[in-house]
Amino acid sequence: MSFAGEATTGPDEIQITTVHRRRAPLTRFFLRRLATGALTLIVASMLIFAATDLLPGSPASNALGKFATPEETHALNEKLGFNHPLPVRYWNWLEGAARGDLGASAVGTANSGVAAPIWPLIHDRLLNTLTLALTTAVLLVPLALLFGTIAALRAGKLADHTISTALLATISLPEFVAGTLLVLLFFSLLGWLPPNSFIPPGSPAIDHPKLLVLPVLTLLAASVAWSARLVRAGMLETLASEYVQAARLHGLPETRIVRRYAMRNALAPSVQVFAVSIQALFGGVIVTEVLFSYPGLGAELVNGVQAHDTTLVQGIALVIATFYILVNVIADVVVVALVPRLRTEL
Amino acid sequence: MRSRFGHRLRWARTGSGAVGLGLVVVIVLLVLIGPLFAPHNPADTVGLTGASPDAAFPLGTDRLGRDVLSRLLWGGRSVIGLALAATLACYAVGLLVGVTAGYSRRLEGLLMRSTDVVRAFPPLLFFLIIVTGLGTSIWVLILGVTVVQAPGIARLSHTATKEVSFRAYVEAAVARGERSLTVIRREILPNILSPLIADAGLRFTFSVLLVASVNFLGLGLQPPRSDWGLMVSENRDVLTLNPWAVFAPAAFIALLTIGVNLVGDSVTRSLGRSQ
Repeated sequence: MSFAGEATTGPDEIQITTVHRRRAPLTRFFLRRLATGALTLIVASMLIFAATDLLPGSPASNALGKFATPEETHALNEKLGFNHPLPVRYWNWLEGAARGDLGASAVGTANSGVAAPIWPLIHDRLLNTLTLALTTAVLLVPLALLFGTIAALRAGKLADHTISTALLATISLPEFVAGTLLVLLFFSLLGWLPPNSFIPPGSPAIDHPKLLVLPVLTLLAASVAWSARLVRAGMLETLASEYVQAARLHGLPETRIVRRYAMRNALAPSVQVFAVSIQALFGGVIVTEVLFSYPGLGAELVNGVQAHDTTLVQGIALVIATFYILVNVIADVVVVALVPRLRTEL
Repeated sequence: MRSRFGHRLRWARTGSGAVGLGLVVVIVLLVLIGPLFAPHNPADTVGLTGASPDAAFPLGTDRLGRDVLSRLLWGGRSVIGLALAATLACYAVGLLVGVTAGYSRRLEGLLMRSTDVVRAFPPLLFFLIIVTGLGTSIWVLILGVTVVQAPGIARLSHTATKEVSFRAYVEAAVARGERSLTVIRREILPNILSPLIADAGLRFTFSVLLVASVNFLGLGLQPPRSDWGLMVSENRDVLTLNPWAVFAPAAFIALLTIGVNLVGDSVTRSLGRSQ
């Protein structure tokens, strides 16, 4: 398995890291994982480039619309460096991206007449999106552990049934439905929070906590529910294990068993669960940002798709894919660092 | 025969199974026969913009003055129909890729590596990239869901096929000189299908989620179609005037996906207990 060891994308599948049997320090595993990550990213970049280039039209003709003359199209393509064959274009794009230059927005350039570089356009938005995602991720872990552990400890009882059913219902909701229901509750009914999160340009999103509440809650809904269910399953398995039985037979108090023994061992597989949840946030962020008109990368991506701005979509997709793969690599390394059993297999 | 059938349906007797089944049946019936009872043409402007519910318009009107109730009754067809078509396509493609990869050593590497590449993207991002390349249409919607979901099915069926293909009955069939297609159809497929079908509910929900989200983003079905996802996004303009125009379609999507997931969950549990 050459791409082995990556946490998977599907919300319902988790693949446990497979590592090769060889004695080597953790750093070597990290470097190797980083290398496969980079390889995945290169393949991903090819796919992004090829898929957005599928249309018969060039980025310029897409951006200019159907009433553009061939001369105008040619001139804009020239400005964007798109009058080359595909492999050359791809190479120029990749080489630029490696230097932090994502090229120019096709629509922006068409509208203003001068090259409109993408990176300055999305820099602030990237920070806004990271603020949103990180806030969610930080809240996600304790909440999921809390709900999952309570449900597991009360397995089969009313508290478990209530929590489990509520979690299943929450998982089922698309982000835009969960978010809309939250808006209806907190804006239309209670009037506590604004339905839109217009963060003023140039000011960090973290300075506007009130505007962050609903987007973060929306993202938390599905991710907490999904992780808590898996934490519950892991915890149940641990509680049924032989060493927990042994601890009980020794007469140790249940709280001590849970905190000292069960919790620690249930935590390790949970890291993988959280990694997948955090990766799932990347998709959720796109919809959530559009729903709340939050000025982030996801909303800009959707704008780009709607405006047929091929180069902008390519740039943002590459940035998102990079973070996505990075989370994957970090999660794998953290899991191996936390679980001694896996480390002996390095 | 009857008791065996009853045994298969035992999940419906659990609390959550019954509630889920009830929800699904009600919504599907509403979607199938609801349009017959729609008081107005869903595409016609019949009232003021964003009017509150009254006797003439039980759920009020939307941002273009169209009857929300009529659009709600019509708007489920695309959600359920597209998600169903897309889920079937996912299974067809996923099984084709997975079983081929599991059975043929030559194609295994190539096929499974391609599924890995798709899985290196957030599903929605991949969907948006496809829309950028191919534009918006019903076929792109189905293609998008298939490309995103088929790799998961392919992986599962790949593993299952590899497990099964070492069993004596498959080796016996190969030794008898059966053609590969016959072996796959008569020996392998029947033995790998049930765990895959147990997931069908969850995969259908995920299809609904994707299709509805893409429609919500304005990158799927285009106005003036009546579609629950589209209704939620277009009526946000009149949120303060007539919240029902947003709440009703959102609630229907929620009830549908919750219902299907409850059914899927209780089916999975009932299978787990029997094994």
